[in-house]
Amino acid sequence: MTTFEPAGPNAERLDGLFWMVFWIATVVFVLVIGAIVVMLFVFRDRGKNDAEEPKQTHGNTRLEVAWTVIPALILAAISVPTVSAVFELTGCDSDSMKVEVIGHQWWFEYRYPDLGIDTANVMVIPAGQEICAVMTSDDVLHNFWIPALHGKRYLVPGQVTLLRLESYEPGEFWGQCAEFCGLSHSLMRARVLAMEPSDFEAWVADQQKPAALPVEGMPEYDGYQVFTNKGCIQCHTVRFDDDSASNIIQREDFNGPDLTHFASRSVFAGASLPEEGESYDAALKKWLADPPNVKPGSFMPNLALTEQEIDDLIVWLGSNK
Amino acid sequence: MTVTAERPRTTIFKRPSSAYGIWSWLTTVDHKKIGIMYGYAAFSFFIIGGLEALLLRVQLAQANAEFLTAGAYNALFTMHATTMIFLFIMPASAAFMNYLIPLMIGARDVAFPRLNALSWWIFFFGGIFLYSTFVFGTSVAPVGPDGISGNLAAGGGPGSFNWLAASPDGGWFAYQPNAGPFYSPGTAMDYWALGLQIIGLASLVSAVNFIVTIFNMRAKGMRLLRMPVFVWMSTVVAFLLLFSIPIIAVALFMVTFDRQFGTLFFAPVGGGDPILWQHLFWLFGHPEVYILILPAMGIVSEVLPVFSRKPLFGYSAVVFAGAAIGFLGFGVWAHHMLASGITPVAQAAFGLATMTIAIPTGIKIFNWLGTMWGGRLRMTTPMLFAVGFIAMFTIGGLSGVTHAVVPSDWQQTDTYYIVAHLHYVLFGGSVFGLFAGLYYWFPKLTGKMMNSKLGKTHFWLMFIGFNITFAPMHWLGLQGMVRRTWKYAPETGLEPWNVVVTIGAFIIALSVAVFMYNWFHSRRHGEDSGFDPWDARTLEWAIPNPTPEYNFGVSPVVSKLDHFWHLKYDQDDEGRAVRKDDADQIIAELEHVGLNPPEPIHLPNPSYFPLLMAAGFPLMFYGIIYHTTAWGKALIVIGAMVALTAVIGWAMEPVEEPHDEPSEERAEEVEAGV
Repeated sequence: MTTFEPAGPNAERLDGLFWMVFWIATVVFVLVIGAIVVMLFVFRDRGKNDAEEPKQTHGNTRLEVAWTVIPALILAAISVPTVSAVFELTGCDSDSMKVEVIGHQWWFEYRYPDLGIDTANVMVIPAGQEICAVMTSDDVLHNFWIPALHGKRYLVPGQVTLLRLESYEPGEFWGQCAEFCGLSHSLMRARVLAMEPSDFEAWVADQQKPAALPVEGMPEYDGYQVFTNKGCIQCHTVRFDDDSASNIIQREDFNGPDLTHFASRSVFAGASLPEEGESYDAALKKWLADPPNVKPGSFMPNLALTEQEIDDLIVWLGSNK
Repeated sequence: MTVTAERPRTTIFKRPSSAYGIWSWLTTVDHKKIGIMYGYAAFSFFIIGGLEALLLRVQLAQANAEFLTAGAYNALFTMHATTMIFLFIMPASAAFMNYLIPLMIGARDVAFPRLNALSWWIFFFGGIFLYSTFVFGTSVAPVGPDGISGNLAAGGGPGSFNWLAASPDGGWFAYQPNAGPFYSPGTAMDYWALGLQIIGLASLVSAVNFIVTIFNMRAKGMRLLRMPVFVWMSTVVAFLLLFSIPIIAVALFMVTFDRQFGTLFFAPVGGGDPILWQHLFWLFGHPEVYILILPAMGIVSEVLPVFSRKPLFGYSAVVFAGAAIGFLGFGVWAHHMLASGITPVAQAAFGLATMTIAIPTGIKIFNWLGTMWGGRLRMTTPMLFAVGFIAMFTIGGLSGVTHAVVPSDWQQTDTYYIVAHLHYVLFGGSVFGLFAGLYYWFPKLTGKMMNSKLGKTHFWLMFIGFNITFAPMHWLGLQGMVRRTWKYAPETGLEPWNVVVTIGAFIIALSVAVFMYNWFHSRRHGEDSGFDPWDARTLEWAIPNPTPEYNFGVSPVVSKLDHFWHLKYDQDDEGRAVRKDDADQIIAELEHVGLNPPEPIHLPNPSYFPLLMAAGFPLMFYGIIYHTTAWGKALIVIGAMVALTAVIGWAMEPVEEPHDEPSEERAEEVEAGV
């Protein structure tokens, strides 16, 4: 999550500006604090009765003009790269690949409108090319922040904001919703996975495939039954290879993550699980047993699933790669 | 203070006349007593806000900790900020202004003494109203406009202290629509919006009162550019309040309408705009920052010259810089919203405007250094805090410039880097300044000195604890620790520095305990301060300690800036200060006249009605929260009737009793030479 290891051109530019102003500020800091320390030694009243009273100076116009004009000049100098970076780093190039980022309490949804992909928690991008995040929110304000790739930008309900992202190399980058967005704000996290373009194409092809509809006798069948019968389908959808599957839900009606390729994502529950040192299955078990106890306020309710039902669900979800 | 015995008097209402005991405090219109009440109330809230911060720090000392529930954590950071800003620093500044402005300009009271009491009581009831949320407020999981509701486990999920969650939890900035009717459906955010509405009213009334006082009640010869800098900064603050409080009042009413009556000004589902709230909030919120810091800058500008034994360097530059900060403060609000998607033109403009504020701020810092340079620095406790203020505020100012570099702010905003910045400005700045003032004017209040060993222990503990707490937050923020985060993942590597920060917070708490002991101990057992203990420069020290009820035995006539100093000191050919031969005699005379006014002095009479009128507001506002119930509607009517009764009483009570008992007694005492 550090801002000091920029992995792309945008974050690099921000890092450069920070260090520029940091060193200027450091010089001013050293001068002011240095002056104070010197004065505390030189001018301190050591309690001698015969010490001379100080000269009663009321001001010095030259000095005062100097310490008005010099800071103004320094600021004017800083303002030049500031303003140019503001204009150059806001918005996107028109030909960059668009990824829609939609904020929900408390997870990020990513849609690839030109590719027909809808995923969550992990944003997958090709390295070495600019991606345009076209962002909005489904409920309250959120703030999308991947420190290694760029600064922050709000997700505003009813409005669209843009953020350009680019990673030089393949890699995994952590992110976080930075604007307070309610009870589980701290658990609304993000991952960006940058891939070699060829790997990205493979990922796209994979994501575009529908999931296999389990049939009776398959190990995934029981979990699929839990999914359809216990209420999960009120919010979640899966694109099955068999259109006749009764549980396909119209897009407008669902507000949980699309589970078609659930197991292809390394993290779930707003990218907050699994925690450090926790196995994927153990975390999933904890999550399915009582979501609001993991993520306070969660829109995913405790469905009072039995242990067997949870195990079955995990088997089925694991097959949705 | 003209004698008004000629005026017609009614006999319907008799004004209260208690000079001692609880009634004297409940009915007082004396600016000094009101200032003291403001001070104690503010300090109590400082303790409460501090305890809230300690709970937050315990939670954050460990990655993935489950000490507090998410709801309790969110409520505590909301109340910590709301308390420290609206219930601590603002009323603490009001305490100083109340107590000092009349003394510094040579007046016997403020222009409207009863209004002054009204401000105080409105503030007091507003604070209680806001905090009553812990008893009556509710805070539940969000319910979307589509009716689908979030879920909270019994007991609020992992963690404990969930009973604290029943209080405002939308942040002190209450960003919409999160703090609106859908996503914060409990009553807690109503307590927040209406509580701040009441408290804002108190500030507005005070602002008018101080402006009129400063422009009309100055002693003879006290031209505007002979006023102490503290009075100047208070003037700027009063104007900032006058223009910014109405903005937040409108915004808070809009939120209340959204929440209570379904207007949806800020909810996109009703065609509203959440960004509009941010513009309104910060258009108030940024001037508010200067409302919080300028009084402390005023205090420091009084303390530094006294303990450097030199006049303030560049007096008029410091005054104009303060006024410039006030003006510019209205033109930078959107730098709080640089990541919100406002256009690049707006981002650039607000970034540049923000940079310009660094110029007058720099002028102040350099002039303070110029004041100390070549002086004879007496490192008393108030001086330590004043110098600490300059050093810490400089750090806060410089990190402020790094946010003005807009793209750099895109990384910093909403992280602990901002938390560090704002605490360097408001704690290292405002709070250090307020402590300098408390040590400096303690003798004025009590006639005693505060213990200087304990005072220095307090300073060093607080200075070290402050830096251990807030310096690492810069680093934490740049390492990706976002604000208002209940949990953070261990993989982020943020834990070690969070442990350090938490240790620092407890050192600060210890330093405050030392201060409290010192305060209460010195009040009883402190050394006698005598007259003018600091060899000071301004009028408030030209009268006895503690301040007599009537302030000045004889109204002063002022001929210079730092009039009192020039009564005591001349300059030799080299420009060095030389104590006048008759300085001791002048002081003895001042003391004698201060204690024995030659003529009876007429003071404004106490009144019941400020208290009564203020009591009407919380009743009405409780009624608004529960307006759907019958008793809620009844409360609105009862509250309105209480306030209205007070208005009638206020108007009908005799303007002043003929100056009978108290002042005649005093006159006899004077004659008897007491």
